[in-house]
Amino acid sequence: MKKLSIGAAVLLFSLPAGAALAAEGKELPERDWSFSGIFGQFDRGAMQRGLQVYREVCSGCHGLRFIAFRNLGALGYGEDEIKAIAAEYSIEDGPNEEGEMFERPGRPPDRFPSPFPNDKAAAANNNGAVPPDLSLIVKARTGGADYVHGLLTGYAEPPEGLEILEGQNYNLYFPGNVTAMAPPLFEDAVEYGDGTPATVERMAMDVATFLAWTAEPEMEERKSMGIGVMLFLLVFTGVLYAVKRKVWADLH
Amino acid sequence: MNGLTITALVKWVDHRLPIFSLLNEELNEYPTPRNLSYWWNFGSLAGIVLVIMIVTGIVLAMQYTPHVDYAFDSVERIMRDVNYGWLLRYIHMNGGSFFFALVYIHIFRGLYYGSYKEPRELLWILGVVLFLLMMATAFVGYVLPWGQMSYWAAKVITNMFSAVPLIGDYIVTWLWGGFTVGNPTLNRFYSFHYLLPFVIIGVVILHLWALHRFGSNNPLGIEAKGPQDKIPFHPYYTVKDAFGLGVFLVLFAAILFFAPNALGEPINYVEANPLVTPAHIVPEWYFLPYYAILRSVTFDIWFLSAKLIGVVLMFGSSLILFLMPWLDRSPVRSARFRPAYKMAFWVLVFDCVVLGWVGANPPEPPYLYIGQVATVWYFFHFLVLVPLLSLPALDRPKPLPVSIGEPVLKGGGAASAGAPAKPMEKAP
Ligand code: HEC
Ligand code: HEM
Repeated sequence: MKKLSIGAAVLLFSLPAGAALAAEGKELPERDWSFSGIFGQFDRGAMQRGLQVYREVCSGCHGLRFIAFRNLGALGYGEDEIKAIAAEYSIEDGPNEEGEMFERPGRPPDRFPSPFPNDKAAAANNNGAVPPDLSLIVKARTGGADYVHGLLTGYAEPPEGLEILEGQNYNLYFPGNVTAMAPPLFEDAVEYGDGTPATVERMAMDVATFLAWTAEPEMEERKSMGIGVMLFLLVFTGVLYAVKRKVWADLH
Repeated sequence: MNGLTITALVKWVDHRLPIFSLLNEELNEYPTPRNLSYWWNFGSLAGIVLVIMIVTGIVLAMQYTPHVDYAFDSVERIMRDVNYGWLLRYIHMNGGSFFFALVYIHIFRGLYYGSYKEPRELLWILGVVLFLLMMATAFVGYVLPWGQMSYWAAKVITNMFSAVPLIGDYIVTWLWGGFTVGNPTLNRFYSFHYLLPFVIIGVVILHLWALHRFGSNNPLGIEAKGPQDKIPFHPYYTVKDAFGLGVFLVLFAAILFFAPNALGEPINYVEANPLVTPAHIVPEWYFLPYYAILRSVTFDIWFLSAKLIGVVLMFGSSLILFLMPWLDRSPVRSARFRPAYKMAFWVLVFDCVVLGWVGANPPEPPYLYIGQVATVWYFFHFLVLVPLLSLPALDRPKPLPVSIGEPVLKGGGAASAGAPAKPMEKAP
């Protein structure tokens, strides 16, 4: 994919210098993602573990407003499992007959509830910074999943002489290097059901894979359709070339 | 119905409204120079992409909500919940980019082969009008998904009009329909985005009408001397255009299916937020050269503000194309026979690429200085170099071939030069 996009950039003779703007600090390390490349597919195990990390760690501060519980079928969950996951959330509904709003357990068509009622509340609880909704974060940041992984694993001691204010944290990959998000992951922050050791690295990879899916749930369908379309177009164009040669043969 | 009655019906209609004759004359028999290269494919490709844009756009419009509170979400709904909505939207989004790539090549083709010269001046002017309409359409379209870059691009571009002396601020308020970019702005942009493509179709028809008056120019830039220089459009160019379309679709599909966001700005997947200015506001790649010109003026001249001069130069850089038929006085069309003009042409291409690269970077040294030099060169090319190189003393044209048939048929042996374009033995 990287090669393709570089090809496209050369083809169309320019591309915003996005990559260069990514991190003003260190260069982002590139990971091997199950879903990169034209044949790439999301690793179901990583997605499920990533969902767990999101639910147990990130969801306290970050919403996922474009994802409905029913969408989790794509992670390999069955209907009953999805119902059970949804039911663990309480969703505001209403108004009822008396005109009151009320809370009820979630159902598959509901979306993940956001942790704060509005940006003001979110900022008030997070040292003045609003934790962004994560549904689209992988598409919304240069570097994509590499960036999310880098951010989560990029906390470090600030360089000599750099004053870090109370409630702020030094991060190698966050633009400007100082972020209001405290390091959310630590060794064994979650206990994986499948026995995978929950290292910070593993959790960061898993949650980034999960968020790559939330950003582009259509990716697998898109790529497989793309391979079919490309094969067809190549043959079709080849045939057209042969026809063109034949038609023009009497002119040359 | 059998074949006979259909023929009869066609005849009946054609007698009263000769539309079938017209189609036959303009798309089938239409005599076309026999030596057109693949650079002549880009016009028909742009036409096909226009149709693709309109079809996908109309379907997107069935699901899109032009309201500041819902626009972003409605586009995400299209991407996630509408059947093949992601495909529609990615076609439309990348189609815009490819449309510009095609049209840029089409314009540079015209500049290289002198296609703007007598008697094709109006054809050229209509082309420049199409280009301006396309830019307007793409600009308002980019605002519709209401991402961060949509919003801030709208803000920056509309704000340019505040540079107009005295009434600038009133113009901006009038454009916005309020005191900032808001819901009325989004609504009117949507209205224009739906309208302009149909205006484009109208101008495309005029463009083709003017084209068919004298027919295509060709790589040699000389007029056809007789029927032996021309071939019927169908099947020769229909099949060549079809093959070109195939190649185009391969490239388009590669981006569409495997890197659909490679040409866009990630930050446009963040919903518009008037309170947060993005660190770098950059337009889509196809506007970067203009953005570089706009920002290369950093000093006031007399009572003219830097901003005003920048805006004037930016618009001027496209409008100057209108003058091309009168700036270039050389009677020789094709750059093939104009060594110095040819060199200047390639320097201009390079200059535009440099401007694009500068536009993608922040307006600070060294980019700023490079942008200033490139801007000066751009105008120097059109206003000084092109008129000067029209003088034979400065750019002595090489001898022109006698006819289109001659060099093309050379392979067939001396005897065949200028022979009628009948099927002939192939050269060994
Ligand atoms: C205690 C609250 C909290 C938790 C838990 C938390 N975050 Fe954050 N996150 C924030 C805040 C606050 C910001 C905004 C930081 C800023 O703007 O300085 C943020 C920002 C982010 C960003 C955007 C950075 C950018 O480029 O703007 C990402 C991505 C992110 N968090 C991912 C995660 C993930 C993944 C998790 C779970 C593993 C997580 N966060 C857990 C509070 C949290
Ligand atoms: C000249 C042809 C056209 C061009 C160059 C063009 C260009 C664009 C661009 C650049 C975008 C923003 C893409 C994005 O980032 O999402 C857009 C969006 C949109 N366009 Fe067009 N467009 C054209 C024709 C049309 C037509 C005819 C319609 C039908 C009314 C239409 C409807 C829409 C809609 C609804 C959106 C918003 C949804 C979206 O962002 O995907 N477009 N257009």
